[in-house]
Amino acid sequence: MLAGCGEDEQANTATSSVVRVRINGEAREITVDNRTSLLDMLRERANLTGTKKGCDQGACGACTILVGGQRIVSCLTLAVMHDGAEITTVEGLERNGRLHPLQQAFIDEDAFQCGYCTAGQIMSGVGCIKEGHTGSDAEIREWMSGNVCRCGAYTNIVTAVANAARNT
Amino acid sequence: MFPFQFTKAPDEASALAAAASGARYIAGGTTLVDLMRETVERPAAVVDINALPYRDIDLQATRLRVGSLVRMSELATHQGVRSQFPVIAQALELSASAQIRNMASIGGNLMQRPRCLYFRDVSAACNRRVPGSGCAAIEGRNRTHAILGTSDSCVATHPSDLAVALTALDAVVITRDSSGEHRIPLSDFFRRPGGTPDQEHNLSAGALIVGIEMRVVPEGRRSGYVKVRDRESFEFALASAAVGLDIAAGKVRAARVAVGGVGTVPWRLPAVEQALVDRTAGPDLWREAASHAADGAKPLSENGFKVELVKRTVERQLATVAGLP
Repeated sequence: MLAGCGEDEQANTATSSVVRVRINGEAREITVDNRTSLLDMLRERANLTGTKKGCDQGACGACTILVGGQRIVSCLTLAVMHDGAEITTVEGLERNGRLHPLQQAFIDEDAFQCGYCTAGQIMSGVGCIKEGHTGSDAEIREWMSGNVCRCGAYTNIVTAVANAARNT
Repeated sequence: MFPFQFTKAPDEASALAAAASGARYIAGGTTLVDLMRETVERPAAVVDINALPYRDIDLQATRLRVGSLVRMSELATHQGVRSQFPVIAQALELSASAQIRNMASIGGNLMQRPRCLYFRDVSAACNRRVPGSGCAAIEGRNRTHAILGTSDSCVATHPSDLAVALTALDAVVITRDSSGEHRIPLSDFFRRPGGTPDQEHNLSAGALIVGIEMRVVPEGRRSGYVKVRDRESFEFALASAAVGLDIAAGKVRAARVAVGGVGTVPWRLPAVEQALVDRTAGPDLWREAASHAADGAKPLSENGFKVELVKRTVERQLATVAGLP
């Protein structure tokens, strides 16, 4: 499942590459096997495990991050395609010890149960708010449909996104 | 996933050269990475084309040209496209999820591969994946499969919504290869499976899609897309309809109708269009014209419902588009 993403594997120069990225403002240079997804690079190599692996096929949204300010699913893209990219993960949302307004809204609105989808929901919600798709609960539901919550916390997730949108 | 070499093409010539040596193009990656992980796709080399300059949306008075590397979300939010071709914006926004629309390119959308579960399961028989191995869907679970354009070799549904809208609009795919630039009408771009379902497009070997182009037409302005599916969002179509109408003085002057979710390729409906032209707009006409929407359909064991569903989907969308201001 993690084929090729361990750092102890001998680097095969024909099938590995150096990726230089800024993750949450910090410059990183990581040599990866070309097969490594951006998700696996973040979790296994940059040790940022806030981003979660759910389905690993783009269907659940747990791995949502921002690349160049846009929300994407990090499982469906290769790390080597992102040389030079500016990446934001859930670990990079807080400012000076204060949670991002959407993180705080998730706590205030009790917008999770098990919490596994939460990082992806929040990153997707940040994108949704930025894109301006928070005009109604129905619009939020449609534009957050790339994020699945098996606990069914959708009602409170929608409320959290709507409240954060109002206060942003 | 199998190991592969990765290069990033700085320009078109290097991309074409890489492809000539057998590399697969990657842009958004949302289809290819997924299929490589499932080992359905096993390229020995992948060439990233994202640095190539096919990023413009150029809307002129008479035509729209869209670069192949424009992302689905970019095209859907373009104000000119939303006003001149609402059917395109709607087809895009009803596709996939917001995250995937930020990643997936327009060229890649046309090149996406079927969602047939047997195609994606390397332990199953699939003529598209392994020519000559058989088709597990024909006698298997085929509720989501095609009723139009099928063959004894393959019944997989074409998954794209955008391609249905573009088919209705007579879009042209612009490609480049070592012999120069070529223009392929979308109606000639996708191949029905026939006996060779592994050959999905009429693209020359190593050709690169650089853009798509279409004329600005009145039926583009009065147009829309409807998608019927098992859940309300982030799901492929059971049936969908792209409709564009030019109506004046209560009469239909021109009509464009194509359907998705039911064909092995995006499916234009000339019989429905002919039944509409020069007739008085209204519910009776919509029903009569839509009755031709499934002409030639060959339902499978589990998807007979699509015959009636596609007719009703077309009828509903004709009424919706006719009712637009």
